[in-house]
Amino acid sequence: MFRSAPSGRRLLAAVSRLTTPLLPEDFLTLVDPLWSTTSLRGRVVARRRETGRAVSVTIEPGRGWAGHTAGQYVGVGIDVDGVRYRRSYSLSGPEGTDHLTVTVQEVPGGVVSTKLVRDLPIGTVVELEQAGGDFTLPDPLPAKLLFVTAGSGITPVMSMLRTLDRRGTMPDAVLVHSARTPEDTIFAAELAGLAARHPSLRVVLRHTSVTGRLDPAAVDETVPDRAERTVYACGPAALLDALGDAWEGLRAERFTAPARTAEGTGGTVDLGGAPLEVGPGQSLLEAGEAAGRVMPSGCRMGICFGCVLPLREGRVRDLRTGEAHGEPGDLVQTCINSACGPARIELP
Amino acid sequence: MTAVADTPATGPAGTLGSADPEPGPEETGREQHPQRPALELVPSSRRADVAATTNLTAEQIEELGRRLDAIRDRILAERGACDAAYIRNVIGKQRALEVGGRALLFAGVLPPAWIAGTAMLSIAKILENMEIGHNVMHGQWDWMRDPKIHSSTWEWDNVSSSAEWRHSHNYMHHTYTNVVGKDRDVGYGILRLSEEQRWNPYYLGNPIYNVLLSLFFEYGVALHDLEVEKVVAGEKPLSRVWQQLKSIGRKAGRQAFKDYLAFPALAGPFFLPVLAGNLTANLVRNVWSHAVIFCGHFPTGAVQFAPEQLEDESRGEWYVRQLLGSANLDGGRYFHLMTGQLSFQIEHHLFPDLPSNRYAEIAPEVRALCAEYGLEYTSGPLWKQYLQVLGTINRLALPNGRR
Repeated sequence: MFRSAPSGRRLLAAVSRLTTPLLPEDFLTLVDPLWSTTSLRGRVVARRRETGRAVSVTIEPGRGWAGHTAGQYVGVGIDVDGVRYRRSYSLSGPEGTDHLTVTVQEVPGGVVSTKLVRDLPIGTVVELEQAGGDFTLPDPLPAKLLFVTAGSGITPVMSMLRTLDRRGTMPDAVLVHSARTPEDTIFAAELAGLAARHPSLRVVLRHTSVTGRLDPAAVDETVPDRAERTVYACGPAALLDALGDAWEGLRAERFTAPARTAEGTGGTVDLGGAPLEVGPGQSLLEAGEAAGRVMPSGCRMGICFGCVLPLREGRVRDLRTGEAHGEPGDLVQTCINSACGPARIELP
Repeated sequence: MTAVADTPATGPAGTLGSADPEPGPEETGREQHPQRPALELVPSSRRADVAATTNLTAEQIEELGRRLDAIRDRILAERGACDAAYIRNVIGKQRALEVGGRALLFAGVLPPAWIAGTAMLSIAKILENMEIGHNVMHGQWDWMRDPKIHSSTWEWDNVSSSAEWRHSHNYMHHTYTNVVGKDRDVGYGILRLSEEQRWNPYYLGNPIYNVLLSLFFEYGVALHDLEVEKVVAGEKPLSRVWQQLKSIGRKAGRQAFKDYLAFPALAGPFFLPVLAGNLTANLVRNVWSHAVIFCGHFPTGAVQFAPEQLEDESRGEWYVRQLLGSANLDGGRYFHLMTGQLSFQIEHHLFPDLPSNRYAEIAPEVRALCAEYGLEYTSGPLWKQYLQVLGTINRLALPNGRR
């Protein structure tokens, strides 16, 4: 993650003899928190209100940031009332910028999204992970593209459109985007501007308050040559499920965790230290975090595998499928697995 | 329950190392050089258990436990951004003090700079060990989920590694607090701090051992983790001791290289003032932390317990044992900070994992509860408590050092 020359590493090692048992960065980060050499951090440098309940937050990353590919998400750790929460958000800015931008829509009752949208002052330092995810455009580009998005699902597609716009190579593309109302449409003005600049881009904005929810039939009606297009979709699970059932070859990015089962879940899990009681329907990740453990995590919905830990004893149960699984040595995703009876999992 | 005082101290499961086949030196006449004995227990009037020490019924003890739980639950529900800001502020200030102190010591040929630099470095080392290291390793700040301030990742400026410390301190000391023969902080394996430890001539040196322990406290702490007497008794494999020794050696080597070689050498011609400053700061830290820690459990009023107390101990009884076995120190805000809030030893022992900045706030409530239930809440100024501890150490140097 950190690209430092061998001589830099030797210097760091030498200086750490003077700072033992701490690291040089423990002193350097007092000057600038972004100078950490062991964890990637960023500083909020700008906020822009997109709609009544969505903002774009621009973050200046530390030196280790490797950039992103349009469509990817980034793990962000922010402190809410003293407690660090880690969430993944799709990057909405174009590729190749020094700063990164995420666009977040407030989720009712969501601790982190509420903080991000309402109360994240400029200058706040956040923890970052490198960008991840494979919801990206192929190279070379498909001849014809269709993007189907709803709500905040526009964000990864916005990154793609902005990137294509900067490159000046907009292919034949249609965007069908649905939001609740015109006022609630993120990027409405910019999308109109893009469509005006690029004749090959058609933007269709729909509003559920007027025309109801988006479904495959409605898209087919709007885009008659849909079958000839490579389709990228991002939005609520119900929309993605419907599109996936209706069409072949859909590329989809899910924002919300799939439905969970609570049946036959829960148990006592040994993560090292005091045994942990995992409640029915609770994920291992949630239980560990509630007990104050530092758990690796990423998307929190079973996608990114940033949270995997080795299972040593026992089995776990997948909260999405209700299936019990796991052999000793398996790497299990703690975000979508719960306990099913006693188990031991190794936390590094 | 006081009956335990009348039985010979063979102890349950032979853990006390005083089984009959091994008569003491005074009985065999094989009088040799004074040697450090395994912790041997003899009957004593000071042995007590929770039920015998209080006039409370079992129900009252459990009620007290529930009321203490309520205090804990309230703090857990309240802790938040202010607490997080507190520990980050202390850590930032401590590191700034350390950098400033070391920088001033480079000008240490000038006496005012040497004094100021040494004082700053001493304060930095004390804060690092006590308010930060000790409390972070207790998991007091784990709830923040900041990997940089977490019990599983923290390493401190002390020769005892954090992993060894978490075992010997968080587990052994905090679980078996003041249970003679179980809590190794009673005497650190070299001092006689309880009548329960059978006297032998080795203990004539008690006051001297205490001065040495005080000066080299960080090494004393690291070596007491070795549990040498358990090795002698065959309860602990040598391989484990070797592993611990290597860990101590590695850490001690790194610390010594930094304080006694690297920084003095960086000062070039001012090698000696820097060396002297670093050495002084380490000694000050050792003496101070030794004083605070000994005043936490051994002044008059702090009770020691027989191992029988641990059998079927309820949550309420555990609380009462922690309460009676600990003693507080009186002082102002900065004094409490410099003790790592261990001046609230009673509150710390009741709630070892609550953020340390909250102990001052709950202390009046705990004191009021003690008054209500007729339990002694031992507290006093540092000088007075320390004199009492020294008195006990001197008294127990002699065979029948009764009060």
